[in-house]
Amino acid sequence: MPENLLEVRDLTITPAGADAPVLHDVSLSLAPGERVGLIGESGSGKSLTAQSVMGLLPEELHARGQVHLQGHSGNLLEANEKTLAGLRSDIVSMVFQEPMSALNPLMRIGDQIAEVLRLHGKAPRGQIPTRVLELLRDVHMPDPDSARFAYPHQLSGGQRQRVMLTIALANSPRLLICDEPTTALDVTVQKHMLDLIVERVSAVEAGLLFITHDLAVVAGVCDRVIVMYRGRIVESGSVDEIFTAPKHEYTRGLLASSDLEATDDRGRLFTLKTALAYSGPQIGEGEASVDVGEPGDLRDEPQISTRPDHTGMSVAGSTDEDSVRTTSAREGAGAASVRDDHRTPSVRESAPLIEVSDVTRIFRGRGLFGRRRSDVTALGGIDFSVAAGARLGIVGESGSGKSTLLNILSGLDRPTTGHVRVGDIRVEAASSQALRRLRENLQIVFQDPFASLDPRMRIADIVAEPLIAAGVDKDERAARVEEMIAAVDLDQDSLRRYPHQFSGGQRQRISIARALVTRPQILVADEPVSALDVSVRAQVLNLLTDLVDEYALTLLFVSHDLGVVKHLCSEVIVMRAGQIVESGATEDIYANPQDEYTRRLIAATPSLAEALAAG
Amino acid sequence: MNPTPTGAQSPSDHVDPVAHDATDTTASAKIRPGRSRRSGRRANASMIIGAGLVVLIVGLALISFVWTPYDPTTIDPAARLQSGSLTHPFGTDTFGRDTLTWVMVGARITLLVGVVAVGIALLIGTPIGIVSAFFAKQPWGMWLDAVIMRANDILLAFPALLLAIIFAAVYSPGTGPAMVAVGIAAIPGFARVARSGTLQVLGSEYVRAARASNRRIPAIAVVHVLPNIAGMVIVQASVAFAISVLAEAGLSFLGLGTQAPTPSWGRMLQESQQYLSTHPELALWPGVFIALAVLGFNLLGDGLRDRFDPKMEARGA
Repeated sequence: MPENLLEVRDLTITPAGADAPVLHDVSLSLAPGERVGLIGESGSGKSLTAQSVMGLLPEELHARGQVHLQGHSGNLLEANEKTLAGLRSDIVSMVFQEPMSALNPLMRIGDQIAEVLRLHGKAPRGQIPTRVLELLRDVHMPDPDSARFAYPHQLSGGQRQRVMLTIALANSPRLLICDEPTTALDVTVQKHMLDLIVERVSAVEAGLLFITHDLAVVAGVCDRVIVMYRGRIVESGSVDEIFTAPKHEYTRGLLASSDLEATDDRGRLFTLKTALAYSGPQIGEGEASVDVGEPGDLRDEPQISTRPDHTGMSVAGSTDEDSVRTTSAREGAGAASVRDDHRTPSVRESAPLIEVSDVTRIFRGRGLFGRRRSDVTALGGIDFSVAAGARLGIVGESGSGKSTLLNILSGLDRPTTGHVRVGDIRVEAASSQALRRLRENLQIVFQDPFASLDPRMRIADIVAEPLIAAGVDKDERAARVEEMIAAVDLDQDSLRRYPHQFSGGQRQRISIARALVTRPQILVADEPVSALDVSVRAQVLNLLTDLVDEYALTLLFVSHDLGVVKHLCSEVIVMRAGQIVESGATEDIYANPQDEYTRRLIAATPSLAEALAAG
Repeated sequence: MNPTPTGAQSPSDHVDPVAHDATDTTASAKIRPGRSRRSGRRANASMIIGAGLVVLIVGLALISFVWTPYDPTTIDPAARLQSGSLTHPFGTDTFGRDTLTWVMVGARITLLVGVVAVGIALLIGTPIGIVSAFFAKQPWGMWLDAVIMRANDILLAFPALLLAIIFAAVYSPGTGPAMVAVGIAAIPGFARVARSGTLQVLGSEYVRAARASNRRIPAIAVVHVLPNIAGMVIVQASVAFAISVLAEAGLSFLGLGTQAPTPSWGRMLQESQQYLSTHPELALWPGVFIALAVLGFNLLGDGLRDRFDPKMEARGA
C-alpha cells in the first residue's frame, strides 16, 4: 500500500473544561487522488475532523492524536502556525459552506485569487494576472475577463462558490477539503458545482475530503464513504458497499430516512426507528412506476367536512358517500387516518378553496429622497387554484417569488394587481376583520425553527398564542394546548420550557402545534424541513402527513426540494422568476415534465438511486 | 464551539437507533453555541465592579435613613473646618457639620434624582420608540414615524443643563424641576434604543407568526416586543442614570438644583469652593462620591450591554 496522502490516527477532541470528548478516537486515511466522503448529521464531528487537518480548530478545543500529511513529516496537531500556514493552500486547502462570508466583500475577486498566488510564490509576479484569468476559465466562470474585477456581492451564490474553489485550487494542493460546499446553493447550481468539483479535482489530481449530510451528493462525488455519528466513525467503505449493504444500524437509518422514494407499509417515510424494514434504494426505472401508482390512491385528498358549501350538495354528496366505502375498502390498512369523507372527481370541479388569478406583486424601489429606483417584479401574473383538501407543492429556487406568494395568501402582504380568494374572502380587498377570519383558517409553519419561536416565551404560551387571539378562555386554552403538544409527539413537560431547550426538529414540531391549535382548514408550510437533518426531516414529514390526514387539512407546501414535494404533494406548481412555468399532478410532472426548466430541476435533484446507477 | 454530546456516555461503538432524540439535542446545541452563555459564562469584570459601586451608594443612602454619625442639620461652631479624624473621618465643613454624614444623606438626593429622571425618560421614551417603530413598518405610517423621530432629534439637540435652566427660570429652582428637566432630556435616548430594538423584533419570524395567528398590534408590543428589548432598555437606563447623577450635581453646583438646607453632593462642592485653597478635602469627598456613582452606573451599563448585546446572541455555526 503506497503512502497515504492523509493519515489521521486516534484523533480525540475535548472542549476545555469538559470531561467527555466530542470526537472519539477518529482514524481515517486517504490515498493520493482518492475522493472520500465524510457523512454525518450536525454535531457528529465531521467539521471538527476537517478543521484539525487544516489546523483551524478553535482555541478552546484540545486535540489529541496524530494527523499526518504526505509531504510533511511530523504530527500536524503539534505543528506551529507558521508551518501550518505554509502547508495550507500548497498541500491542503478548503472550500467552506457559505461563500458570501468566506470572501472579503471589499476586495475584487481577481485580487483575492492573486493574493493566494502571491503569498505562496508559485507563479512569477508578472504572470499572476494571466494565471488568474486561466484559473477563472478553468472553473467555467462566465466572462472571466470582467469577472476578475467584480466584487463578491455582484456575483451569484454559485459564482462565488466557483471563486472559492478557484482560490482553494490556485496552488494545486494535493488535498482539497470541501465542507458542505453546496448546501447553501440552489439545486440546479448545486449540480453544476458538484460536477465542477469532481472535474477540477481530477484535473489537478488532488485528493478530496468531501463533508456533507446529503447522502445523494456523496454517492455522486466520492469513491469511498466514512459515516460519523456522535463523534465516532461508525462505518466506512466504498459507496456501493455503504449504500447497498450498510452494516451499521445508524447508516441504515440514515440511508432509509434520506430516501424519499421509499415508504413503509403505512405510506410513511422511514425514520431511524423504522429503518429495519428498509430494503435499500431502488435502482432502475421499475421503481418509479410503482411509486406513481401509490400516491394517487394513498393520498387521495380528504374532504373538509366542515365546509358548508359541500354539505348541501345532493348529487355530489351521495357520490361522496359511496366513494367513502369503496376507497376505504381499497385502502384497507393503507393509511390509518380518521378521514370520514372522500373527494370524487365531481367535487373537484366545484369551487376551489383557494383561487389566485393574475396576481402580480411589484416592489417599488425607493431611493434616497423618494427618487425612483428600478422596480422589482416579484410575481408577474400568477394563476392557480387549490381544491379543498388538496396538497399543493410550490417548487422554486431562491428568488422565484414563492415566499411573496405565501405572504399574499396569508394576508401579510397585498398583491399589486390581481385577485386572491381564500374560502369566501377576497384577500386583496379584505377588511382587517376579514383578514382576521382568513388567518384563523390559514396557518403557517415557518422555515427557520430557530427564528420563528419567541426566545423569551414558554412553549405553553407560544402554542396558546393563536387561541388568545381567537378569544378562547383560559381553561380551554390549556386543554387544547396539551392535546396539540401530545399530537406532535412532545411530552407535557415541554410546556414549561423555553425554545432554546429544544432541538431543531422539536422546535419545528412546536411550530406545527402552534399552527394547528386553532384547527385551521389550510396549512401553509414554508420550507419546514430545509433546516433539519435528514433523520429528523423524515420524522417531521411523517408527522405532517399524519396531521394533514387527521385534521383534513388543505396543504400548501413550499420547498426547493423536489424529493420532499414529490413525497408529500398530489399537485405541484413550479415557479421561476415570479412566473408559474408548469403545474399539474405531481406524478405527471415528474414522469413527463413539459417545461425545459422543470426538466433541468428534476435532473439536477440528487437522488441516491440515480447516483448509484451511474456509478 | 462544539458542546459535549449529551448521549455520548456509552463507550461502545454501538449506536441505539431509537435514541434519535439525543442526536437531535446535540444538533441544536451545535447550531447555537451562544446558548451556554447565560448559564455558563461568568459575569464580566466591569459588571461586578459597577454593581459593587452601585450597591455601595445605595447602601449609604439606605443606612442614612436609620443611622448617621451626626445629625446632618446640627451646627457645631466649635468643630468647624476640621480635617479628618477619628471623630469626624471625613472632617467637618464651615458650620461644623460632619462631612461623612452629609455624603451619606446626599446620596439620597442623588439616587432620587436618578430614579425619577430615568423613570420619566423610560416611561415616556420607550413607548414613543416602540410606537414609532410600529408606524415605520406600515406603509401608511412611515411619515408618522419620520415626524416622531425628527421631533425626537430636536429634543436631543437641547442639553439637559439648558433645559434645567429654563425650568428653573420658569418655576423656582429646586430638586423637582431639575429632575423633570434631566428626565425630559433623556427621553430621546430611550426612544431611539426602543425604536431600533423594536424594528429588529418586528422583522423576526416569530412576530410574523404572531401576526399570522391574528394577534393585535398592542398584544404583539407587550408580549413579544417588550420582553425582547428589555435588555437594551435596561442598559440604556443604567447609562442614563449615570448622566442624571452628573447633571444633578452640576445643577446643584450652579444653585439651580437642590436647595439649602437639603444635603446634596453638588451643593457640598459649591460650598467648598471658597475654602478650596485652605481645606481642599471639603471638595474631595463629594467629588469622589460623584465620580464613584457615575463610574458605577456606567460600568454596570457596559457590563449589562456585553451580556445583552444582540450581536453576541447572533447565531454562529
